[in-house]
Amino acid sequence: MGRFLAIRLLQAIPVILAVITVTFFLVRVAPGGPFDSEKAVLPEVKAALEAQYRLDLPLFQQYTAYLGDLAQGDFGPSFKYPGRSVNELIGAGLPVTAELGLYALLIATVIGGLAGVIASLRPNTPQDYIPMALAMIGICMPTFLLGPLLVLLFGIELEWLPVSGWGDIPGDKLLPSITLGAAYAAYIARLSRAGMLEVLSQDYIRTARAKGLPEWQVVVKHGLRGGLLPVVAFLGPAFAGLLAGSFVVETIFQIPGLGRFYVQAAFNRDYTMILGTTVFLSTLIVLFNLLSDVLAAWLNPRLRHQFGGKA
Amino acid sequence: MNTDVITDIAQAEEGTSLWQDAWVRLRKNHLAVFGLVVLVTMIVIALLTPWIAPYAYDAQNLDLGASPPSAAHWLGTDVFGRDLLTQIMYGGRISLAVGFIATSVALLIGVTWGAIAGYVGGRTDAIMMRLVDILYALPFMIFIVLLMVVFGRNMVLLFLAIGAVEWLTMARIMRGQVQSLRQQEFVEAAVSLGLSPATIIRRHLVPNALGPIIVYTTLTIPSVMLLEAFLSFLGLGIQPPQTSWGLLISYGAETMEEYPWLLIYPGLTLTITLFSLNFLGDGLRDALDVRGSKD
Repeated sequence: MGRFLAIRLLQAIPVILAVITVTFFLVRVAPGGPFDSEKAVLPEVKAALEAQYRLDLPLFQQYTAYLGDLAQGDFGPSFKYPGRSVNELIGAGLPVTAELGLYALLIATVIGGLAGVIASLRPNTPQDYIPMALAMIGICMPTFLLGPLLVLLFGIELEWLPVSGWGDIPGDKLLPSITLGAAYAAYIARLSRAGMLEVLSQDYIRTARAKGLPEWQVVVKHGLRGGLLPVVAFLGPAFAGLLAGSFVVETIFQIPGLGRFYVQAAFNRDYTMILGTTVFLSTLIVLFNLLSDVLAAWLNPRLRHQFGGKA
Repeated sequence: MNTDVITDIAQAEEGTSLWQDAWVRLRKNHLAVFGLVVLVTMIVIALLTPWIAPYAYDAQNLDLGASPPSAAHWLGTDVFGRDLLTQIMYGGRISLAVGFIATSVALLIGVTWGAIAGYVGGRTDAIMMRLVDILYALPFMIFIVLLMVVFGRNMVLLFLAIGAVEWLTMARIMRGQVQSLRQQEFVEAAVSLGLSPATIIRRHLVPNALGPIIVYTTLTIPSVMLLEAFLSFLGLGIQPPQTSWGLLISYGAETMEEYPWLLIYPGLTLTITLFSLNFLGDGLRDALDVRGSKD
């Protein structure tokens, strides 16, 4: 296990380095400097600013200096908000986004998993069709449409739930979490249904039934572990999608999270902010993919040997 | 079931091709047929829009303002008194164009890359596919946002950026296909005839891998359209005066409290289109008997 983990960690390093390098140079070749405003800035001021942001150095030295900062956990200052650092913005936004993502994932796994398992128990009956049809709608309905529609229905027409905010009014966390989680609930429902269907037809399930175990025990103790494997493998990539989804959900519900900061930085062309958050989010995504691989291997020893043997 | 088998055998004796066979199976799948019909209708409408749209694209009626659906404006009008149906029709041209063009870009890169990796094999293959693995691990949604910010929001870049993201899976599928095909006799025969690798790939390998390519292409289009709508919704995709379904949804969401139809109709159009493409893709997968995962 340790060896497997080490190999996967080593594989993640070039990916993260590639992200940093590509992002850094992309942002640097972007047309227009960060201080090209309409107002003419005194040359001395401009020089001082450039020195502060190290723009006076040759490009490659800027790059190595940036790598050095990153190694110390410093994502750099913001271009647009002097005095604020990317670290501060991440520190402010991350807990909110993490909480939102956690709730969404919780909703997705519990509802999606449950729906998938229920559907798999009686395939090709209404018990299968209804959850799967709902899942199809969940997959085809984009987050940026579902969110406003839910707000329109529960927030404006029925007036049951607040239409925006995060942690200001009780219940305002519900709609964003559902909006973000819905598509993943749908995917997880499909994955767990397919996984369970495959597992439930295996010999060892027949054995479990033959030795007289009650059906719920067969499903819960023997079926779930194998049947939910595809779901675990999906959670890593889902995390990346959740982050992207949080861009939309945080914009719709005006939640002060990382996703909204990122979109705002993109609009403001706050290059250091974009650079910093991209590097941060990418590293997070790569690490989550790693985690999901490790978890999948832990649940399925066959995979572990595959990886160990290949490397 | 029994009669199916009998008709299948009967058709085999008549010598049906793989494609005719697939077509018969596809036609039995009602959802897929529904998807195909909707899709073709959408494409035809999109192509004919300049001639059949009820109003001119830039026609405004500021006195009218936002009005609910009526006989004159079937789907209502927006705050500038522009006909929503007209907007959706023109937006559909862009949304569908992004879907098809970006998917074509992905198709071209992915098929070429995968075919070369699979055909040449060895170290070239290892390096090429390792690169695909690395790119897979990159958070591309973030990168597209970044690209749109850095290079400005132009449409050609949008096509290229989305296409550049979506080719990876296509490359993997194509490589797998080519690897299994190149062992077969007809490829050996082509090699011994002295055909160049490029000709063999083009004439013999790609046509034989068409099934999975078609299925995956059909499933890529909706995800590309979704990506475009996502970017447009955030204001990073299609820019006014052009419009797309994603942009219309974004405007609709801003004013949904007073004018809900501006959100509902564009949303409905996008959802139905995505539905149709997914159903068609699933149906084609079954009809062409392509196994393997969607992703």
